[in-house]
Amino acid sequence: MGQRELLEMTNLTKRYRIGDTDVLALDAVDLVISRGEMLAITGPSGSGKSTLMNILGCLDTANSGSYMLAGEDVSKLAGDQLAAIRNRRIGFVFQNFNLLPRLSALENVELPLLYAGRHDARTLAHAALTTVGLADRTHHEPNQLSGGQRQRVAIARALVTDPAIILADEPTGNLDSQVGRDILDLFHRLNQAGSTIIIVTHDHEVARHCGREVQLRDGRIVAEVQHAPQHQPSTTKEATAAA
Amino acid sequence: MLFWTTIKIALRSMLANKLRAILTMLGMIIGVAAVIAMLALGNGAKKRILGWVSRMGKNTITIFPHNPKIAPVLNGSADPLTIGDARAILKIPHVKYVSPVVTAWQPVKWGGNFTTCNIVGCAPTYIKIHDFKIQNGAMFTDYDCQDIASVAVIGPETAERLFGSQDAIGRTITVSTVRFKVVGVLVPKGRHGWFDPDNQVLLPYTTAMTDLMGRLVALNHIDLQVDHAANLNRVQAAAQNVLRLNHSLIHGDEDDFWISNQLQVLKMANRIGGAFTLFLGAVAGISLLVGGIGIMNIMLVTVTERTREIGIRKAIGARRRDILRQFLIESMIISLLGGLVGVGAGIVAAHYVKFRSFSGHVEPSMVFLALSISAAIGIFFGYYPARRAAALNPIEALRYE
Ligand SMILES: Nc1ncnc2c1ncn2[C@@H]1O[C@H](COP(=O)(O)OP(=O)(O)OP(=O)(O)O)[C@@H](O)[C@H]1O
Ligand SMILES: [Mg+2]
Repeated sequence: MGQRELLEMTNLTKRYRIGDTDVLALDAVDLVISRGEMLAITGPSGSGKSTLMNILGCLDTANSGSYMLAGEDVSKLAGDQLAAIRNRRIGFVFQNFNLLPRLSALENVELPLLYAGRHDARTLAHAALTTVGLADRTHHEPNQLSGGQRQRVAIARALVTDPAIILADEPTGNLDSQVGRDILDLFHRLNQAGSTIIIVTHDHEVARHCGREVQLRDGRIVAEVQHAPQHQPSTTKEATAAA
Repeated sequence: MLFWTTIKIALRSMLANKLRAILTMLGMIIGVAAVIAMLALGNGAKKRILGWVSRMGKNTITIFPHNPKIAPVLNGSADPLTIGDARAILKIPHVKYVSPVVTAWQPVKWGGNFTTCNIVGCAPTYIKIHDFKIQNGAMFTDYDCQDIASVAVIGPETAERLFGSQDAIGRTITVSTVRFKVVGVLVPKGRHGWFDPDNQVLLPYTTAMTDLMGRLVALNHIDLQVDHAANLNRVQAAAQNVLRLNHSLIHGDEDDFWISNQLQVLKMANRIGGAFTLFLGAVAGISLLVGGIGIMNIMLVTVTERTREIGIRKAIGARRRDILRQFLIESMIISLLGGLVGVGAGIVAAHYVKFRSFSGHVEPSMVFLALSISAAIGIFFGYYPARRAAALNPIEALRYE
């Protein structure tokens, strides 16, 4: 694995057993992702996107094949070791935000740092919220925020640990199109600032925003598409803060 | 930091479910309050018994004429206790006072008034041995004993029953059929159970034996007081030797008398009181157990309800022990808060609920014990739900609706 490769999956297979039949959710997947990439994973429903995402995010492990993440073989890890990898190397952004309801935005963003045992959690959480344009909403609880704002808090929580990759599963799925575009812009900015971002989506518009698109079908990678770099309309910059 | 966040989360989720939290805590509150109240009550009873025993005289020894270990009580072969025995015992070093005692349960009359009470024939030292004080008049004297004088000192309750509010001194009462002049009234000591030291009539033992009980030798017991608690056992041994000699017992014969010293009585009272406290505490402990099960129940519900939250926490890097600790802290907060309130309620209950003649007596060690038990219950009954939470699969937990 060279300098530029951040993660490398080789011959990765994931099987689910339902009754007597095996469902092959991932079938010998090979995937290399470089540092600083912004990648889309697309495919029809049931094609294995979420399964791949869970394994990429170290929430789950494959049945066979290898997965190297930032120079570490994580395919043989389990339990708390995976938790530690998630904590240090992965930032998750979910379709339904998944913030903790009774904590403020700031406390939600702090949480991964607290699990990491860091003492500068508050400062870093503030910085992350500022990055996503929510410096003035730090003490709001999730139910006092709009959908777009919640997703920003979730993104701040994902990036606050300075992870190797930010994984987003349908991050715009629960947002209306304008707010969705703002969130995509935010991902773009983070990507330009150096973050590696992987977005799972079935929205072609979203996929086109990413430099590379990997298409899945029946657990196999069936196509890879390179997209032209997107130019951003300057007006959305304004909308970003208002979202 | 994480610790405080955990506590804050626990408190907030409790605030969001106030009624549930209160109901859960109620089990603990009742349990802890019961434990505190019961321990306090048991302790109060013990204190009461001990207080009473020591109020009946310090460093006392009582000698009875029969040894319960041998021979039935009415066995004629046993030598009775005699005045001679009492005199011999007075010569033992460290013995302060000795009084021969004869007792009978007999009617006492004055005018139309009537009571039946304990009639005690004794020496003047009797009131010193048993720490009675005279409120009116004076104790009869050794001369009265020599002269077989018909004088009596009566308890305050007896005086009240016979004379009401009138002065008792100088009046003549009839005990059985014999007339006695009242020369003194005792200061009240307070009734205890079946025995009422305030309702009795003290007579010179000589008069009681000759005029009232028709016996000239046999005593019911000999009471004595030792100068210092440290000498109780030594004096007891000396008295045993003296009596064996007087009663011509030879080596191998069992004592034909029985000596009981106050240390043994106190020890026994302590043991009984301790057992009582333990019993009450154990009974109350069962309600604590029920409280603990309530906590476990609610924690299981909480874990299920917050499955998604657990999934989120795991996704962002919480380890098993982080989740375990979080739910243990939560159940401990519930049990400790319940415990604190329960301690307060228990103290109040112990203070106001009087059981017969004694009330509860709370000690810091009980509060400490109750709070430790509360915390332990939180951990014990919280552990299973917390472990279930910690063992959840993050993907399934995240998918949970
Ligand atoms: N826990 C599971 N148990 C059994 N089968 C599963 C499980 N999770 C996924 N599968 C199966 O694996 C295949 C891939 O599922 P996956 O959730 O990865 O699809 P997806 O691409 O994310 O679909 P969608 O776009 O609908 O979210 C499907 O056939 C699904 O039924
Ligand atoms: Mg999916």
